[in-house]
Amino acid sequence: MKTINQFKMRLQAKSTNESFARASVGAFIAQLDPTIEEISDIKTAVSEAVTNCIIHAYKEFSGDIYITVKIFENNKVKIVIRDKGCGIDDINKAMEPLYTTGGAERAGLGFAVMQSFCDKLRVISKVGKGTTVSLFKEIKSK
Amino acid sequence: MECKLNIENDILTAELDGEIDHHTAKDIREQIDLEIEMQNPKTLVLDFSDITFMDSSGIGLIMGRYKKIKQSGGKVKIKNPSPNTFRVLKLAGMDRLAKIEREE
Repeated sequence: MKTINQFKMRLQAKSTNESFARASVGAFIAQLDPTIEEISDIKTAVSEAVTNCIIHAYKEFSGDIYITVKIFENNKVKIVIRDKGCGIDDINKAMEPLYTTGGAERAGLGFAVMQSFCDKLRVISKVGKGTTVSLFKEIKSK
Repeated sequence: MECKLNIENDILTAELDGEIDHHTAKDIREQIDLEIEMQNPKTLVLDFSDITFMDSSGIGLIMGRYKKIKQSGGKVKIKNPSPNTFRVLKLAGMDRLAKIEREE
């Protein structure tokens, strides 16, 4: 697939940056003329992935979140959210709806939302090295 | 993010304005919990009319308040979520815990 446009950013894993991260990705995707629902799906999925980096990956130490958004010629979008945090020991367990290590105020639905609001989700993780979450979505409105 | 609280006839209404994510949820939670402890309401109404974004942090927020108010026999109502917020609520099965009122 040929990439027609690309956007990269690196930001500190701070909760104040959650809204900036999803708004930036949403603004970049806007060039594909998505519906309100499509843009909202993407912003929600990005917000979940970025929140995971802040709550889980960088729980013990601070670090940066790396976001790459690629737009392909067939209106397909790939968003990669990467951290160099603690990594996930058991990805299948982490992806189970309602499973959380985040405490009573977390629903444990981050991955379930990403899965539901995107066409495809890929998670690669290594304990002590970090996690890469790739979100795939086709913008159909055009 | 704004959270306007109002109590009338044992009904605590929280009018929320803006975006609910992990960052903003903490402040809303603290404000609502303080009011629940002080007023001991029978019903908590979360008015989402002016909520423009919500991710699963909002689900954690609702579930936490639901558990808190349920201890004293109270209930939670969710008012006017946007279509996108409603999808997150449905995905989490919130319609089984709380009454969701939507404007047509």
